[in-house]
Amino acid sequence: MPKSSKTAPAVAERSRLAVRKTYKLYVGGKFPRSESGRTYLVDGDNVALASRKDARDAVVAARAAQPKWAGATAYNRGQVLYRVAEMIEARRAEFAALGVAPVEVDAVIDRWVWYAGWSDKVAQVAGGANPVAGPFFNISAPEPTGVVGVIAPSSLLGLVSVIAPAIVTGNTVVVVASNPQAAITLAEVLATSDVPGGVVNILTGRGAEIAPWLASHDDVNALDLSGVDDAGLATELERAAAGTLKRVLRPVSGVDYTGDPGTGPMTALLEIKTVWHPKGF
Amino acid sequence: MTATATSRLSGLPDSPADLRTFLHGLPGVDKVGIEARAAALGTRSVKTTSKAQAIDLAIRMVDLTTLEGADTPGKVRALSAKALRPDPADPTCPPVAAVCVYPAMVPTAAAVLAGSGVHLASVATAFPSGQAPLDVKLADTRDAVAGGADEIDMVISRGAFLAGDYAHVFDEIVAVKEAAGPAHLKVILETGELGTYDNVRRASWLAMLAGADFIKTSTGKVPVAATLPVTLLMLEAVRDFRDRYGRQVGVKPAGGIRTTKDAIKYLVMINETCGDDWLHPDWFRLGASSLLNDLLMQRTKLTTGHYAGPDYFTLD
Repeated sequence: MPKSSKTAPAVAERSRLAVRKTYKLYVGGKFPRSESGRTYLVDGDNVALASRKDARDAVVAARAAQPKWAGATAYNRGQVLYRVAEMIEARRAEFAALGVAPVEVDAVIDRWVWYAGWSDKVAQVAGGANPVAGPFFNISAPEPTGVVGVIAPSSLLGLVSVIAPAIVTGNTVVVVASNPQAAITLAEVLATSDVPGGVVNILTGRGAEIAPWLASHDDVNALDLSGVDDAGLATELERAAAGTLKRVLRPVSGVDYTGDPGTGPMTALLEIKTVWHPKGF
Repeated sequence: MTATATSRLSGLPDSPADLRTFLHGLPGVDKVGIEARAAALGTRSVKTTSKAQAIDLAIRMVDLTTLEGADTPGKVRALSAKALRPDPADPTCPPVAAVCVYPAMVPTAAAVLAGSGVHLASVATAFPSGQAPLDVKLADTRDAVAGGADEIDMVISRGAFLAGDYAHVFDEIVAVKEAAGPAHLKVILETGELGTYDNVRRASWLAMLAGADFIKTSTGKVPVAATLPVTLLMLEAVRDFRDRYGRQVGVKPAGGIRTTKDAIKYLVMINETCGDDWLHPDWFRLGASSLLNDLLMQRTKLTTGHYAGPDYFTLD
């Protein structure tokens, strides 16, 4: 065939071995298998089954990434979150193939954009100058809580609705996802969209197995139990988290993630620092 | 070579030429073999009660080190207090083996450690480069001992060693040993600068022949510090040296050992290479600073059943 021809050469269809994907964990910007070597089948796909040691490694990665992520400018974090939305846009087909409705993917993209916009505004809403009876400037500023353990809801929109509000303010997260294929596909999006490694870490497996280790971990600062349906387990996790005075988010069940999330999910993972500064000198 | 040196052990090479012949007569190191052996020993899994024992032993072997230009008396006092009681929340946690500081900080550390059983090591002899005249090195050593150090970590002159002037290095070690008097002498080979495994083996034997009580891998000031293969090689050297001359010498890897997992790999290696005789803080030390916190975190994990975090341990 002459080189000038624009038509693609015809490739004869032939039988070939299927190249099937293994869904691995997402820890520290890499996609490792579970330390335990375990996998489980979800809809015919091989998925890594995370162990408590994977959770431990993920917390180490999240802790290592946290200061730099929190130290990035709010503007920069907003850009990074917006980039996530751009990258999902290009992966619509992949999410569709995993059974996520196009309307939900729209909502997911819009949610990233919405939270991206909040990055440089949340400080004004959650903090500000306080009037005090004395010669002082008194300023309250919100700061990220730190490393957040998240037991995520099963829908993709739910997953994004718990990750984005946590990271937009400078927290880093260790997420236990219950919808592995969609969650790891999201991880592939995050890995290619300027989100620094370790800011989001996604573990796939049994929440009931991993969550207690996150709840009792001394180096996890907050726990989001949005995806825990079992009330008994949630109570147990709250009790374990109390040992290190973690912040615990336990939304009432049946949250409608399609609605307006409000600022609650962001401000719940912020600590308010108030500074008194003398004036008049 | 001095008479004091040759009288120390019988059957020693007794001229610079003999020493050279002896060191170059040591068998060459199988690079691939020793790296594979070290890697294989690093895969052992040590769990539960064995792990608890290994962690406590590793803590007892730590030479808690601070060798920074920014060291202050306050920092050295805090570190010495930590050496005595690494985990203030748990009285069952053993103290470390020693505190290792610069000579100027020896009196400060000595005031805290006096009578505690925790040794006080001081680097000396123009640490870390070793590039100073002999009388400066000897004065450095005497000052450290006078200040209260009972262990001296000296550096060898790598320049002389690499130039092939083994007798110079030998005589220097002998002189420092004499200046150190009753203090234990650890000889730092700085293996990262020696270039080859053959050189590490020669330097190990040279130091032991000259009277070292310990051979130590590194200063921690060059990019390549303690590695498993180098430590394995040194463990083999001390084992073979005892077989030949009947004198036991200790080993101290230092630099780059940061995790409990690493520390346990070293313990496994001692056990497999030298056996029980060296599994004691008198014969094996881990030169480290950040390692101790990791050991304490793992220890806390075993005692409390949940993962510990660095927020609950001192920053040093």
